[in-house]
Amino acid sequence: MLEVMWKYDFLQYAFFVGIVIGFLAPVLGVFIVVRRQAMIADALSHITLTGIAFHLYLAQSATFLQTVHPLYMGMGFAVAGSIIMERLRNVYSAYKELAVPIILSIGIGLGVVFLSLADGFNNDLFQYLFGSIIAVSQGDVWLISVVALVVVLLLFFFYKELFFMSFDEEQAKISSIPVRSVNLLFSVMAALVIASSMRILGILLVSSLSILPVAAAMQVAKSFKQTFLYAVLFGEISVIAGLITAFYLDVAPGGMIAIFALILLLLVLSGKKYDKIRRLR
Amino acid sequence: MSTQENGVIQIENVSFRYGTQNVLEKVNLTIEQGSFLGLAGPNGSGKSTLIKIILGFETPDMGRVTLFHVPVSKFKNWEKIGYVSQKANSFNTGFPATVYEVVSMGLYGKIGLFRFLNKKHKKKIDETLQLVGMREFKHRSIGELSGGQQQRVFIARALVSEPEVLILDEPTVGVDTQSVQQFYHLMSHLNREKKITLLLVTHDIGAMTKYVTHVACLNKRLHFHGSSHDFEESELSSLYGHDVTMITHEHDHGGA
Repeated sequence: MLEVMWKYDFLQYAFFVGIVIGFLAPVLGVFIVVRRQAMIADALSHITLTGIAFHLYLAQSATFLQTVHPLYMGMGFAVAGSIIMERLRNVYSAYKELAVPIILSIGIGLGVVFLSLADGFNNDLFQYLFGSIIAVSQGDVWLISVVALVVVLLLFFFYKELFFMSFDEEQAKISSIPVRSVNLLFSVMAALVIASSMRILGILLVSSLSILPVAAAMQVAKSFKQTFLYAVLFGEISVIAGLITAFYLDVAPGGMIAIFALILLLLVLSGKKYDKIRRLR
Repeated sequence: MSTQENGVIQIENVSFRYGTQNVLEKVNLTIEQGSFLGLAGPNGSGKSTLIKIILGFETPDMGRVTLFHVPVSKFKNWEKIGYVSQKANSFNTGFPATVYEVVSMGLYGKIGLFRFLNKKHKKKIDETLQLVGMREFKHRSIGELSGGQQQRVFIARALVSEPEVLILDEPTVGVDTQSVQQFYHLMSHLNREKKITLLLVTHDIGAMTKYVTHVACLNKRLHFHGSSHDFEESELSSLYGHDVTMITHEHDHGGA
């Protein structure tokens, strides 16, 4: 594998992006899961597709766009979608979960229309849906590095506020934490990370890396900080194993990463069950 | 309206309605510095609404509330007020956090944005856990503890920022009898030794009257407000609309 990696730039790019995403997605995922917003990742990934489809449609007539990375438009849409979703959560304060299917439907609906107009139902679409190793470019590497830097800094500085709000938003409000602004900031971070993960994981499998490793980590972690450690560990194992097998088997990486994340989750769950039975005896 | 010097929380002529339903009618209540007020009333009497108004989550239709002589809407020193909500007993028990992590949250607002816990804060967390008798559980997962233990952790979270007033909404719901007694002893201690003003909301009048200094009875209107010594069973009957027998009603604090 190492020899092949030196030979092909695209493999280096894919692994670099994969390792960065393997860190970012589970870290954001911990907050997404404890805030009970597990579906948010899916809604944001679909709205990313809408942005990409819109770019492809525009690029037909505006040729200069053909040299621009479509993921920029995707990220823009995801960020806008996350802000609208946060607004909707305040409008339907008693039915906060409504925000997700509303954004999801808009995302797929508009996305399909733009894709039809852009004649986009081809191999490219497949790569966006399920991820791809060869599609990762140097442009992706730059874009995702910048996103990673920004998100890590924001998480570092707002960790305590996010932690408090995830546990008890009402109490955080009384303690003078700027709950609304931090919520908005979190939505934007989630949008950026989800849009970045899409290259490798694909739109349909984005949530696999932000949810499954966290689900496994919660079973073994003793503290909130430990949950991050385990989630990142499980995330990185899934990404690295997933990319290697996807390359050799020539299948979509998103699928393999999801499968490895699932295997880890099952191992943790059965390990816990075994532990429980042993203790009872 | 005259402002009383010692009133840390003043409720003046407050009315509140949800739709067409009156929840609170012309409530006047002053909570004096250093007092331990038990606010009692049946379910649906507007107790929780009154707390929400005090904390600024709801705005009254009429009247006003001041905290440390500042109207709630303009009040900024929230670190002076600790709050243990009813929901604290029904939080998501699967949440992966230790006792230490939960108590540290109580300091986040005081520390402010872009700042982190330092040694002094960590010492304060240890001391507060000691005060509520939960120090040895510091590294345990919050979900593994009993209801009474979790409650003490949430009280520690409210106390760690050294508030002058502590508001507790139905703190004894879902807590076993022994823990309830421990709870009231802790409250007495906080009130007498630490000089913290306490507002305790409960529907369980019997247990409370032994420990509090003042009692207020609410059922949309304020039915009684005064020293716990002057509080009589007849007040209860008028409040609940039927005869109520109080099992414990002694004012010595030595226990029943």
